[in-house]
Amino acid sequence: MSKHAITVTVNGEQVTKEVDARTLLVHFLREDLSLTGTHIGCDTTSCGACTVHLNGTAVKSCTVFAVQADGAKVETVESLAKGAELHPLQEGFWEMHGLQCGYCTPGMLMAAKELLAHNPDPTEEEIRWGISGNLCRCTGYNKIVEAVQYAAAKMRESREEAAV
Amino acid sequence: MIPGEFEYHAPSSVDEAVALLERLGEDAKVLAGGHSLVPAMRFRLALPQHLVDINRIDGLGHIREEGGFLVIGALTREAEVERAPVVAERYPLLADAARVIADPLVRNRATVGGNLAHADPANDHPAVMLAYGATMVAQGPGGRREIAVDDFFVGLFENAMKPNEILVEVRIPAPGPGSGGAYEKFERKVGDYAISAAAVQLTMKGSTCAAARIGLTNVSAVPMRAHGAEEALVGKEPTADVVEAAGQAAAAECDPSGDLRGSEEYKRDITRVLVKRAIRRAVQLAGGGAA
Repeated sequence: MSKHAITVTVNGEQVTKEVDARTLLVHFLREDLSLTGTHIGCDTTSCGACTVHLNGTAVKSCTVFAVQADGAKVETVESLAKGAELHPLQEGFWEMHGLQCGYCTPGMLMAAKELLAHNPDPTEEEIRWGISGNLCRCTGYNKIVEAVQYAAAKMRESREEAAV
Repeated sequence: MIPGEFEYHAPSSVDEAVALLERLGEDAKVLAGGHSLVPAMRFRLALPQHLVDINRIDGLGHIREEGGFLVIGALTREAEVERAPVVAERYPLLADAARVIADPLVRNRATVGGNLAHADPANDHPAVMLAYGATMVAQGPGGRREIAVDDFFVGLFENAMKPNEILVEVRIPAPGPGSGGAYEKFERKVGDYAISAAAVQLTMKGSTCAAARIGLTNVSAVPMRAHGAEEALVGKEPTADVVEAAGQAAAAECDPSGDLRGSEEYKRDITRVLVKRAIRRAVQLAGGGAA
């Protein structure tokens, strides 16, 4: 049925593609743009593995149509590292063993990124709340919470250094 | 899973959206936050021929007090309700509910209007708005009209709006002095629908409960008020016996179905407990006594 030409700024790069109305944002990212860091875990809007930022807000990209992102800015997990330099969140997951199989990690990273943008110094409870839309079947979450705490501390330090 | 095919429409005004609904008739669905509709489309439980996406319409995303009401635009995201200072300060029942709807990622996208228009008894806002005695504002070809929440839910997934009308606003009466409210939800895990939930909004005069409205979530085919529980409470001092009687009335008048979340008997008893808890907290917030 209806096809639409959409222009989306994905990880800072503007792309224009034609999509079917029914194409979900996650499929657009993975299949049309080959950005396979964004995972599909459940197909039921439950697991959060497909979390990306849409105009700065963390959303489950399996529950937004690509055509709805026309004119928007989308950031995926691929936007986090700058070359070989990991984002503090990625470093936190590395250092604190915040993953085992890693399937949920892209979504966890993007949900945690939004949490820290709103709340740079979250309590453990606030971190658990912030990632409560993301399911992990490996870690029992403790290591993920520690990873986010690590990142929060590191990001606060670099902000303080920058302020000095 | 990929939804069935459809035509996508993105109107930029409510008038334009209404004209589309008028033209497309029953084959069209309104797409707001999409967090009920898109999952249903992926499972092919919903196969609309046309989607009218209202997300590009300006002026439907406000939340403010105005003329004795809290006015919430239908496209207001749940996360915006959760963060709104006016809600945190003056609308504890709504604030309670906003924290427990689905999960934070869903709340970033899901809308108050969609939650209500979907008329799902498992959704949280119907019981909340029943307890507040809110007014729904629908816009159709003939302009706007108000629908009392008591008349809004007419069946399972069925509301009182015509196919060519769009829900544009929800109006909650500002709570007066001596009022309090609470939402108590029992769920298996974050993001699940309630096993049961109770929304209570009441007004105390001295030690007497002068007025109360109670809504229940996911224990009936149509979002319901617990009239029996209200009657057990109003005009009385909310002593332990009175609160227990209200809880028992709610347990008796609700109509849950046994499913994976629990048996009918279990859900009735959980409803009793949740109604009691919500009443106690509401009375406390209202500055009332005993309970």
